[in-house]
Amino acid sequence: MHRFANPARFMRLSAALLPWCAVASALLIGIGLYLALFVAPPDYQQGEAVRIMFIHVPAAWMASFVYAVMALASAIALIWRHPLADIAAQSAAPLGAGFTLLCLVTGSLWGEPMWGTWWVWDARLTSVLVLFFLYLGYIALVNAFDEPVRGARAGAILALVGVVNLPIIKFSVDWWNTLHQPASVFRMGGPTIDASMLWPLLIMALGFTLLFVTLLMIRMRTALIAAKIRALRVAEIEF
Amino acid sequence: MQGIDAFLAMGGYAQFVWPAYGLALIVLGGLTVESLSAYRRRQRELDLLQGGRQEARR
Repeated sequence: MHRFANPARFMRLSAALLPWCAVASALLIGIGLYLALFVAPPDYQQGEAVRIMFIHVPAAWMASFVYAVMALASAIALIWRHPLADIAAQSAAPLGAGFTLLCLVTGSLWGEPMWGTWWVWDARLTSVLVLFFLYLGYIALVNAFDEPVRGARAGAILALVGVVNLPIIKFSVDWWNTLHQPASVFRMGGPTIDASMLWPLLIMALGFTLLFVTLLMIRMRTALIAAKIRALRVAEIEF
Repeated sequence: MQGIDAFLAMGGYAQFVWPAYGLALIVLGGLTVESLSAYRRRQRELDLLQGGRQEARR
């Protein structure tokens, strides 16, 4: 664990991985867009409006996945006090907030023609809105302290407390009555969605995941360079 | 031309489908541009700082 958490090693490893992740992400999203817009058939009930799914569902998966990554990094930061873990969590937060916003707005654009409403205060929609505010709260809290270490500590605790929201999001469609449909891909007994729609969905999701990994590495490198600049400035003052 | 028009019309759902794809471009493209520009800015700052120190040593 600590072997990979060494900042110098991370800089080398990420420099080697970055171009591959960036190219793979661009290719997968390109193929995914082509399949989603030109190849996947219109839904027999929803018609062409179903194409919103290929953005909405991967964005929704990423919203929860990025939060899980952020919480895991926060746990590592709290337990082992490793600065790279704090940097990972803080670099992930704006990306997660972006995916969550995308999920919420595309869901609204899908809900209006299909359900007849832009928004309902039901369990799934409300818990994802709470997730969005958790991201924003985390970002605000981390930056609210003069001492970065204290901000990171407070943010990490908030991120861990917020984990309780993830199972609520996942199971909200089973536990409560909701307009939102239940899971059709990650469910017991396999997916119920047709292969012609499942493939574009999975390719798009993988593309989004690799985009997240690419941007996370870039943001972590930025934070490490910023830390080095601060250290150099301090050294210049001392000498 | 009819094919393109039909494609753009999205079976009557154009005003919902295209904003969804447009927003995806804005959010994901925006995060990419912001991440890259911050990275390049910091990298330049570090290069300047290290270059300046080498100058001072000479």
